[in-house]
Amino acid sequence: MSTQDDQTHAVSEQETEGPAAPIILFFIIGFAASLVLGWGIFPKLLYSQKHQPINFNHALHVEEVDDGCESCHYFREDGSFSGIPNLESCMECHEDVIGVSEEEEKFVAEFVVPEREVSWLVYSRQPDCVYFSHAPHVIAGKMACVECHGHIGESDHARVYEENRFTGYSRDIWGKNIAGLAKHPWERMKMDDCSKCHVRENVNQGSVQTQKGGCFVCHK
Amino acid sequence: MKEAQGHNKNKKFGMVIDLDKCTGCGACMVACMAENNVPFREDESDKQLGTAWMRVYKMTNGKPFPETEVCYIPRPCMHCEGHGGHSPCVSVCPATATDYDNHTGIVSQIYTRCFGCRYCMAACPYHARVFNWWDPVWPADMEKMLNPDVSVRMRGVVEKCSFCYHRYQRAMEKAYYEERQEIEEDEYQTSCTQACPAGAIAFGDLNNPDHAVHQLVKPDNRHGGRPKNPHAFRLLERLGTNPKVYYLSSREWVIRAGDNYVKNEKTGAGGH
Repeated sequence: MSTQDDQTHAVSEQETEGPAAPIILFFIIGFAASLVLGWGIFPKLLYSQKHQPINFNHALHVEEVDDGCESCHYFREDGSFSGIPNLESCMECHEDVIGVSEEEEKFVAEFVVPEREVSWLVYSRQPDCVYFSHAPHVIAGKMACVECHGHIGESDHARVYEENRFTGYSRDIWGKNIAGLAKHPWERMKMDDCSKCHVRENVNQGSVQTQKGGCFVCHK
Repeated sequence: MKEAQGHNKNKKFGMVIDLDKCTGCGACMVACMAENNVPFREDESDKQLGTAWMRVYKMTNGKPFPETEVCYIPRPCMHCEGHGGHSPCVSVCPATATDYDNHTGIVSQIYTRCFGCRYCMAACPYHARVFNWWDPVWPADMEKMLNPDVSVRMRGVVEKCSFCYHRYQRAMEKAYYEERQEIEEDEYQTSCTQACPAGAIAFGDLNNPDHAVHQLVKPDNRHGGRPKNPHAFRLLERLGTNPKVYYLSSREWVIRAGDNYVKNEKTGAGGH
């Protein structure tokens, strides 16, 4: 009896051990596949890639102008900010081709001669409900350009503009990292990023509901 | 940033509307809709479906012909302070879409945050809030005329008067550029105030004794902002909503119409 029992026991053990290895393997393959799908393929599908009308070279311009960033990105008298300089600003220098680059030639032919504003793609364009002003940050808050924009002034080409196919927003709002992680302010520009700094610096923390910033500080 | 914005004295923006001057022309409504991208319907005569932020109501004293008097009463959002910023709508909003800002006294409405439950509309005793049953549709090319400082709303959300808050944002922007922390009274005025041909609407900081609104009503902040001027009153004063829109009238029946009084009761205006 006992030997028979042992035999059946051994058989049942073999049965349970048998399929376990393929299941684990299957799980690992599935897990890896979903990671590849989620981290690699999904972001590619989610964002369409667009190119700036002119491959702008910041580094070259910063070398040539006198006032650094402020030469082109200046405050107007009403306190608004020339985040994207208009064609008139460009034409102060570029009325004719003054350099040797092909991009400049293209710029003069396509935009300066027909006096057509350049349709720049704005990486940092916020949704319509967001109000942002440079004046309180740069003038009242005495923040430097690099603190939020990073070393954009040293870039020698315009990077690809990625647009979320659902929302139409620039990828810079969510951030390059699909998990929404960021180390520097210029890697992500969501509401929590504004709020984090506003809480730290005690900016208009007058909200009754949240005890944090009033909604209309950054919304319109 | 710290020293830049920390020490500002709290403001309390409010409005005073002189009902003896108001002719009921509706210029405030038009100016408001144009300024704030308020959509309109082909037939705006059905007021229940309209989404005007500023509404002009007509009242009469109910007497027969020789004694008949008419009064028009413009009604923006009252921006109630309640007690400590707990205005009726802010207290009920489950989405934190509407909020009271202690620094300006303005009740904000964030359209992208609102999910359209309309509790706030039920809570508001002034019918100052409207619901978007449809997506806004503007006639051809009119979209190019929209105000870029005010975000447009989609169907399914509640909207209301913001005291043209974007104008405050613009005024502050200019002030910061000129390295000031404060703005002058005339730098921030609402659209309806500027449009009123009779000059019936005054707007400013109720906490600032130099501003016209303060001088007109003399608000008593220790008693929930009740006006000390006997001709000034607020709508449904005794609800305790502590609104920031005051009305002026020299006519007793108009003042009586501002709240629910029993037959022989004296009006509460004048603060007692």
